[in-house]
Amino acid sequence: MATLKELAARAEEKGELLSGGHRACLGCGHPIVIRQALLAAKEPVIVGCVTGCLEVTTTIFPYTAWRVPFIHSAFENSAATVSGIEAAYRALKKQGKYDKELRFMAMGGDGGTYDIGFQSLSGAAERGHRMLYLCLDNEAYMNTGIQRSSATPKGAHTTTAPAGKVIPGKQQHRKDLTACMVAHRIPYVAQTIAGNWKDLTTKVEKALAADGPSFINVLSPCPTGWGYKPELTLEMGQLAVDTCFWPIYEVEDGKWKLNHQPTEKKPKKPLVEWLKSQRRFAHLFKATDSEELIAELQERVDQDWEELLAKCE
Amino acid sequence: MGKKFVAKTGNETMAEAMRQINPDVVAAYPITPATEIVQIFAQFVADGVVNTEFVATESEHSAMSACIGAAAAGARVMTSTSSQGLALMWEMLYIAAGLRLPIVMPEVNRTLSSPINIHCDHSDTMGARDVGWIQIFSENVQEAYDNLIQAVVIAEEAKLPIMVTTDGFIISHGMESMEMIPDKEVTDFIGEYKPAYSVLDVDNPFTVGAIDFTDYYFEHKRAQIEAMSEAKKIIPQVQQRFGERFGRKYAAIEEYRLSDAEVAILVLGSTAGTAKVVIDELREKGHPVGMLKLRVFRPFPFEEIVRALSSVKVLAVLDRSDGVAGIGGPVFSEVRSAMYELDIRPRIVNYVYGLGGRNIDLALIQSVFTDLEKIAKTGKAEKMVSYLGVRE
Repeated sequence: MATLKELAARAEEKGELLSGGHRACLGCGHPIVIRQALLAAKEPVIVGCVTGCLEVTTTIFPYTAWRVPFIHSAFENSAATVSGIEAAYRALKKQGKYDKELRFMAMGGDGGTYDIGFQSLSGAAERGHRMLYLCLDNEAYMNTGIQRSSATPKGAHTTTAPAGKVIPGKQQHRKDLTACMVAHRIPYVAQTIAGNWKDLTTKVEKALAADGPSFINVLSPCPTGWGYKPELTLEMGQLAVDTCFWPIYEVEDGKWKLNHQPTEKKPKKPLVEWLKSQRRFAHLFKATDSEELIAELQERVDQDWEELLAKCE
Repeated sequence: MGKKFVAKTGNETMAEAMRQINPDVVAAYPITPATEIVQIFAQFVADGVVNTEFVATESEHSAMSACIGAAAAGARVMTSTSSQGLALMWEMLYIAAGLRLPIVMPEVNRTLSSPINIHCDHSDTMGARDVGWIQIFSENVQEAYDNLIQAVVIAEEAKLPIMVTTDGFIISHGMESMEMIPDKEVTDFIGEYKPAYSVLDVDNPFTVGAIDFTDYYFEHKRAQIEAMSEAKKIIPQVQQRFGERFGRKYAAIEEYRLSDAEVAILVLGSTAGTAKVVIDELREKGHPVGMLKLRVFRPFPFEEIVRALSSVKVLAVLDRSDGVAGIGGPVFSEVRSAMYELDIRPRIVNYVYGLGGRNIDLALIQSVFTDLEKIAKTGKAEKMVSYLGVRE
């Protein structure tokens, strides 16, 4: 896997593949993830992206931040769209009309992946198109103004599951999409964060090397939607790992492996640290009757963690 | 050597045409009554008689999305659908057109739910009349085949997607005698596809599907609208080349015993065949009746329609769908609007017929002509919109 030195040399050679000048919010996790992911690819990459923050902030006509071929068609279908490109690539190669070696990346936010694009993602994975699907999970529909998705954690405030006088934010636990993708028995599935370049680039390299579909779920912190200071994005990603709210792991050919574990020196942090770090959970600490809910959230994280440990044994 | 005729259904014919076209990518999903087209084609793929990568998607929405991706990658791309499938593609139909991708689709006309019904009417394709696709309707199996071969060239020259429709079951499952063009001649006629751009061109990366704000959207749409107008020139050129090569002549409209007709009907699709029989019978009895068959519905050939109908006294537009707008069918609205160009216009009435596959027979069409002659005589039409063959 590429060292920092190798990645730096690659950056020098290729230049920025996602250029500056895009309109992503200050502190947005997405451009960090994309720049690192594109750098991790040795072969030329074609990118397909759903409608959402990433697409609208990087492709404002007549400008584009993308220095790789990029396609956006709609909200729920980057997996299907890229599967068409990949099929065309195979067809043209087979006929001797194209000879380059390419890699394909489809991407989308949690809304475009967990929710509206779930079917097209599942279909593309089942059909076995060789492509990496990168989910940029910021845990709500941020582009349209922070609405709840099935990736939004229980208890978070969003504009369509707001914290009110009688309802304390979202009432349901989030979907475990990464596990859903493992269930597709594709060659490579992983979770990572914006904020750990080594883990992210290693996983992208492995995913692109897999001879078939691969999926990486990246927790991409959102200062605007979560309510924290923009300079803390990378720390937020790490805190999600340290509290086991977002464990980083990979499943290679069905084999589960944890990529980060709490140690005696650095034990698992209580979830309260995570909850307190963001305004979207602030109501939990203002209300007097939230203790039970906070305990339930901790319990859920503990249970998920134990189950994950068991799978990784 | 004499012409070689074969017996084929509409769906078999469309699949055979696809085999001859040999697209790089076909992405599709099954739906009655279009299923057989991709089913037969999938067998061609399995038997290795085409070079196509066949993508059997999990929905029509994904089928059209995959077609868009493949077409943006510079591939020659086809799909096929019907009814609810076309409805599920709706969002992507606009995007295929907006991105100017020459995707070719045999579409089998079937009504839309609810109530669910698998039979023919034009609700599906008429609903999609404003999505930016070229739309060509077919009277019979032969015409459907010829339209589809031409469609590849039209789409690629116009840089617009195109659907060639056949009436569900009536054409799709009806077996007719038809003449196939030899494979090699189809290959020569359609030529090699040279895309304007491809996202696979990694040395010249560019962005497809960028976001336009108020400063650019209108210009891009204006260019697309212009492309549809340009298609009005491209379509007859392709039809002429086809006619010169293969002997079957086509145009945007077909006039049937219309030049001296006093009363006339305007129809699309398979009903034209039935109407021709009625017209012949009435003509033999001395009735001055005729028909205009609309083959190309998008781009809308209003100049041709106005010219062809200028001397008709009474016209009935037969719609196989209703706009549920309180003013009859969509073809009626558009034809009536086109005829406003004339200072002296025919009287125009609308008959909505055949919804959900309700049969349209000789007697029903004859009853329309009887009505029209009465209107011509009295100068009065009892109703602007009538529903033909329904229990009221």
